[in-house]
Amino acid sequence: MAIMMIDRWLHIVAGVMWIGLLYYFNFVQVPAMAAANADKDGPGPAAIGKYVAPRALFWFRWAALVTWVTGAIFLATAPQYSLHGAFTLGIGAHNASLTAIGFGAWLGTIMLFNVWALIWPNQKKILGIVQASDAEKATARRVAFLASRTNTVLSIPMLMFMQAGAHGIPF
Amino acid sequence: MNPLETIPGTVIAGVVLAVILAFAAKAIAGA
Repeated sequence: MAIMMIDRWLHIVAGVMWIGLLYYFNFVQVPAMAAANADKDGPGPAAIGKYVAPRALFWFRWAALVTWVTGAIFLATAPQYSLHGAFTLGIGAHNASLTAIGFGAWLGTIMLFNVWALIWPNQKKILGIVQASDAEKATARRVAFLASRTNTVLSIPMLMFMQAGAHGIPF
Repeated sequence: MNPLETIPGTVIAGVVLAVILAFAAKAIAGA
């Protein structure tokens, strides 16, 4: 039982790091990059791209993975849930808690896919970690931006459903 | 205009989606 509770604790810590950095990217870094690009007399965005973004992306993508894995372990081991029941949205179970955590699990899974399949591969092109032409970098910026913004949208219902599993749906 | 282009549009889209999915979840659960 204690292992399950420690797993949930780690899930929440990693989740705060993941979504905290997601909000940092969307509410701080993207507008800061735009402001730095527009400020012709300023220092420019190069230092953000060189020193900040790679470190933020490191913690962001690994926190995302740890969050998902610890969440899946919790669903599989917590007596009130089941992994299969959550990912089938509790259909037929007439259990609002299971359905709520299932919606949260699906939203988190889509978000994890966006991190590892869309955001990180495109950020590697943007940051020069892998070779890319200017046209490829422009496309990568757009895809990474939209995937990141999509995850910000999805995070809002995801967080509602994660707490709704234990505390009820607020509508 | 794509609501994802702006921060207010992004947040509003998230809240609207949360409300829609909440009612969908309640319908599925029969709550």
